[in-house]
Amino acid sequence: MLLNLQDVFKSYPGTETAVLGGVSLELQSGEMLALTGESGSGKSTLLHLIGGLDTANSGRVAIEGKDLTPLNDAGRATLRRGTVGVIFQQFNLIPSLTVAGNIAFQARLAGRHDQAHDRDLANRLGLDEHLHKYPEQLSGGQQQRVAIARTLAPRPKLVLADEPTGNLDEASADAVMSLLRDLVEETGAGLILVTHSERLAARLPRRLHLRSGRLT
Amino acid sequence: MSWTVLAALASYWRRNPLQLVTLLVGLALATALWSGVQAINAEARSSYDAAAATLGEGSYAQITARDGGAIAQQEYIAMRRAGWAVSPVIEGRIDGVRIVGLEPLTAPGGLGPVNLGAGTDLGAFLTGPGQIFARAATLDRLPVLGAQRVIAPDVAPNTVLTDIGIAQRLLGRAGQIDRLIVLPDQPITRRPLSDIAPDLAQATPQGGGDVARLTDSFHLNLTAFGLLSFAVGLFIVHGAIGLAFEQRRPMIRSMRALGVPLGRLIALMAVELAILALIAGAIGIALGYVIAAVLLPDVAATLRGLYGADLSGQLTLRPAWWLSGLAIALGGTAVAASGVFWSLARMSLLSGAQPRALAMAQRGGAQAALAMALLTLSAVMAIWGEGLLAGFAMLGALLIGGALALPPLLALVLKLAEAPARTPVAQWFWADTRQQVPGLSLALMALLLAMAANVGVSTMVSSFRLTFVGFLDQRLASELYVSAEDAAQAATIVAVASDRADAILPILSVDRTVAGLPAEIYSARDHATYRDNWQFLRAMPDAWNRLARGKGVLINEQMFRRAKLDLGDAIALAPDVRLPVLGVYGDYGNSIGQVIVTEALFRSLYPDVTALRFGLRTTPDEAPALRAALRTEAGLSEAAMIDQAAIKALSLSVFERTFTVTTALNVLTLAVAGFAILMSLLTLAAIRLPQLAPVWALGLTRRRLALLDLLRALVLAALTAVLALPLGLALAWALLAVVNVEAFGWRLPMYLFPLDYIRLTALALLAAALAALWPAWRLSRIPPARLLGVFSNER
Repeated sequence: MLLNLQDVFKSYPGTETAVLGGVSLELQSGEMLALTGESGSGKSTLLHLIGGLDTANSGRVAIEGKDLTPLNDAGRATLRRGTVGVIFQQFNLIPSLTVAGNIAFQARLAGRHDQAHDRDLANRLGLDEHLHKYPEQLSGGQQQRVAIARTLAPRPKLVLADEPTGNLDEASADAVMSLLRDLVEETGAGLILVTHSERLAARLPRRLHLRSGRLT
Repeated sequence: MSWTVLAALASYWRRNPLQLVTLLVGLALATALWSGVQAINAEARSSYDAAAATLGEGSYAQITARDGGAIAQQEYIAMRRAGWAVSPVIEGRIDGVRIVGLEPLTAPGGLGPVNLGAGTDLGAFLTGPGQIFARAATLDRLPVLGAQRVIAPDVAPNTVLTDIGIAQRLLGRAGQIDRLIVLPDQPITRRPLSDIAPDLAQATPQGGGDVARLTDSFHLNLTAFGLLSFAVGLFIVHGAIGLAFEQRRPMIRSMRALGVPLGRLIALMAVELAILALIAGAIGIALGYVIAAVLLPDVAATLRGLYGADLSGQLTLRPAWWLSGLAIALGGTAVAASGVFWSLARMSLLSGAQPRALAMAQRGGAQAALAMALLTLSAVMAIWGEGLLAGFAMLGALLIGGALALPPLLALVLKLAEAPARTPVAQWFWADTRQQVPGLSLALMALLLAMAANVGVSTMVSSFRLTFVGFLDQRLASELYVSAEDAAQAATIVAVASDRADAILPILSVDRTVAGLPAEIYSARDHATYRDNWQFLRAMPDAWNRLARGKGVLINEQMFRRAKLDLGDAIALAPDVRLPVLGVYGDYGNSIGQVIVTEALFRSLYPDVTALRFGLRTTPDEAPALRAALRTEAGLSEAAMIDQAAIKALSLSVFERTFTVTTALNVLTLAVAGFAILMSLLTLAAIRLPQLAPVWALGLTRRRLALLDLLRALVLAALTAVLALPLGLALAWALLAVVNVEAFGWRLPMYLFPLDYIRLTALALLAAALAALWPAWRLSRIPPARLLGVFSNER
């Protein structure tokens, strides 16, 4: 099993209600899951816990059988480098690196850089012409495609996408979504897509809804 | 992974070269000013050490004649026969070069040319034409002397060492000795000095060269200035590092999210900064070397003029110096970056990624409280602190407290200015200016410190100058000062002058220890010259008449402060002679204590001292005739006669050079502050587009925005200048009333120089305007597309 969440609780200091109130979830390799919910329902928080960006108050988050809960900052960083890839809503590109530098960055961190693979990703995402440009010179859709290429370059086992099309118009969102699904499918990785768009969620085989910190 | 992260970190600097230049130049300038001063100090100390090591100053007890004259060779021989292990020394000058004659067979080990190395041939040294040892530059200055020249880099600057016999021949003083070095191991059977040579006196070693002690305060002042300049430079470095961190927040967060552990990231950022610090440090050391090389001749002239200390005019590149320069660059960067690393270590991975450079005003309250605490501490130390270190600590607290108080004060003033504004543009201008203060605060603090230092030091120097000129007028009342070669010539001078001069005032002095301190004892003839011209800092009633009756002494301010004497306190001049202090006089420029007694008392206490110098009173019209008569009838050379104007000019020139160095450092510090403003404005220009774009969109032209930016810089610089003035005056007071008293032993009256302050303010405004001109010009030409980009969702 790729991902196993058992009774995960998360709350923040100063707030009375838990953001996540006992979430359990399983995901197999190659499985694609859409996670929907209202704003503030805890979607991004859940994604952050799975990606090792944050820690749960209680419960168990395990990837390939390994529990994340006892890991320190360095341990969780290792997980993010090698096993999990996160696509952020705000892209989080490094502004001072070129498109090529951004795509290669995470694969280099993971020690799995493959230039041919980078070129192939850039080609399929329509970034060929922009490899030497800087992020500020690209449109939002292009920046999002760079973020996808960067995440997929090290061939992660689990891809987490946090509203990856949230800043795009409908046509661009559809195009990006199709590419993301195809590319993830080819690598056999698992995918959890957080979105508030019912239309995009419907394009993935499995779908869960989060309401007030609980999966329904 | 490390290389990938380092390359990504470096890519930031490639994309922001201006910030990189700011950081490197800021640190390089800071290091340059600091290491330049240190190079000068190191060179000076090395010269003092060389002098002390070569001549035994400060290490061995010395025997000299009580009357300050020469010791006869027979007395030396008598002492050797009586068991004294002493070694003779003679000193003199040829063409300004100090000639020192030693006796190598009796001199203590480590002294003189005995240990100079392979080039030393004792036979050649002692016999025939002999050898003279000196640095190459010193040998070049000497005329042909008939002795073999040997280059010896270890000999003190401007000094020649040779055998005593050869020195006596070269100096034309056969059979004379100036002093005897007393070796540490003496036979216990030796006869007392008073039995063998009662006219000789032994002085114990001082534990360090006299010159080194005298010049300590001068070097301490230089060091303090170097430190101040370094602090101003560090403000720039701190600003550059802080800004880079704020702008790199999103990048840092991205890297962490992509799997770079926090510890590794901090370590790699530290490595990155260390590399930059080493590069900037190396540039700074090279610049510091240039600064030191340019200033060293003035420092050497100052030290020679004020203290008679010989300094090598050439700078040596010492490993300890450049290593310490690199260390201070690294240490300074670490201090400047410590806050950033603390913030980085505490930064949440999921915290807001947008730069927060303009939101730093939140710290205002804590900063104002710290400023108040430091200013209070400074006041407390001014009232109760004692010693030079406490004086400098007070200065440090005053300056840092003043700098920290600047941003909250500016915010307050700008808020008050905003209240009466009626038009929307005026309201926006004041509000926006207030918002710029946090981003510009470090540069403005640097400007404040530089201006305060300028006000403080120029007030001190000008006050000193005014006092000094007045003091010279008092002290140099005689129209002509003459020096005799011997007692016979002195008698001739008196005979020739007695017919032509209105008064002959013999100048008699001896060096003695008074009230436990080294001091000069002078005699004063009872004459109107003294009564009319000398002004007391404090005195008992009828002081001159009581002095004339031999009922007391006058002391200088140095003696009064250091020996903690008061009027009426008795001081001992001889075992059976104790006299009360009648008055205290200012004695600016002198570094040691002085006591004035009546001429009759002086002659009874020191009957062997013959007056060889005289002040001659006459009318200015008759002075040339008197001078001519002394030349023809007494055989005095022109060099032995100095008129009042020449002495005043010489004294003032020594004085002017004394402050050349501090003035140069002052100007450099102001230039560094100007650079800080320029760089802050340029970097801020890049990140404040989101604030300008809406105003532009609402109808203000780019040109008008640029003009308002220029005006903003001028307003901020003017407010800073206004606040710098009281801080600078407080600094001047501290220098005059606290540091100067502790360092030199005299207190100077403080005068104000409004025109100087107006000129300085104009200079600061000009610097700020020049610094703001380029960013404003760029703003006036910015493509509208960049302003529109602010409104784009794609950013």
